[in-house]
Amino acid sequence: MDTLIAQLQRQFRDYTISLYHQGFLDDQFTELKKLQDECSPDFVAEVVTLFFEDCEKLISNMARALDQTGNVDFKLVGSSVHQLKGSSSSVGAKRVKGLCVTLKECCDSQNFEGCVRCLQQVDIEYKTLKAKLQDLFNLEQQIVQAGGRIPQVDI
Amino acid sequence: MGMETESQFHVLAVDDSLFDRKMIERLLQKSSCQVTTVDSGSKALEFLGLRVDDEDPNVLSTSPHIHQEVEINLIITDYCMPGMTGYDLLKKVKESAAFKSIPVVIMSSENVPARISRCLEEGAEEFFLKPVKLADLTKLKPHMMKTKLKKESEKPAKEEESEVSKPEIKEEEDPSVIEILPLHQELESEKLEPLMSGGNKRKAMEEVISTDRSRPKYNDITTSV
Repeated sequence: MDTLIAQLQRQFRDYTISLYHQGFLDDQFTELKKLQDECSPDFVAEVVTLFFEDCEKLISNMARALDQTGNVDFKLVGSSVHQLKGSSSSVGAKRVKGLCVTLKECCDSQNFEGCVRCLQQVDIEYKTLKAKLQDLFNLEQQIVQAGGRIPQVDI
Repeated sequence: MGMETESQFHVLAVDDSLFDRKMIERLLQKSSCQVTTVDSGSKALEFLGLRVDDEDPNVLSTSPHIHQEVEINLIITDYCMPGMTGYDLLKKVKESAAFKSIPVVIMSSENVPARISRCLEEGAEEFFLKPVKLADLTKLKPHMMKTKLKKESEKPAKEEESEVSKPEIKEEEDPSVIEILPLHQELESEKLEPLMSGGNKRKAMEEVISTDRSRPKYNDITTSV
């Protein structure tokens, strides 16, 4: 009979693997985890939180810029998506980063419709990732509270 | 806070993005470096003690008002920053008599070969593509060791048969070649020997040379160990 801890650990492992396999996360997320240790035990959570704050702020800036019908500041949209592309890349948010690349292309060619559509997708995607990572962190909490160790997951 | 003053490499990290500053700070800490982060090139120069002349921004002088006691072993800077770019900062550092020996590393999220070669030609030791990984930072130690060795060799108390520091890097040197430098413990016995193999090298890099250092306090600048 599986202990609670073993069950939770298995859940955690499976969930983590699925996030990578479904393309939500990539290698860079693994790199992030390497930076977490006793000195910085919440590093991943802190960075991820910063990232999602960035998403909210930058997406809002871009939406506002795109709202100025007839007078869209594509330069602003471009610099915002550049920033978002950078941070999503650093965090390992693979899908978000991919969408940023597409958004940047739309922006560079001043494709208004494309920008609007892409931005909507970026918005949906970061929120999806946010919910999934929240689930993952919750699982970690449960393991720790049950007195277990968070397993090392090799992808 | 530890009671002992540990002498580690002190890196000045420059990036206008808070997110990137947090990343590079942790990367450097994890690589056993002391880190100071600033959000602009001009703040970096201020921290170093270089005052930019208000009249002519091309004229740099050492500020009489800031007595710089911090020894910086390396500057790592983002390329794309508003105002002074990483490239501009690199130039200013290399043009300054006082600080041109500090190794400078440039980071960028964009892989632009022309940009990379321009930076390397201007004297950057390395060019890292973002996201920077822990493995990338192992390339920094040899560059930082060089400045430590130079300082050691300049100390009058030490007996030196010959100059410990290596000669200046030639402009056309292949940046992917890392010079083999003696370990500091070899220094103490005043002998030069090639670096040991991988595992020992890492261990030795983490040992400390104790020096006295005081740190001035600044606003908008964070220093963490």
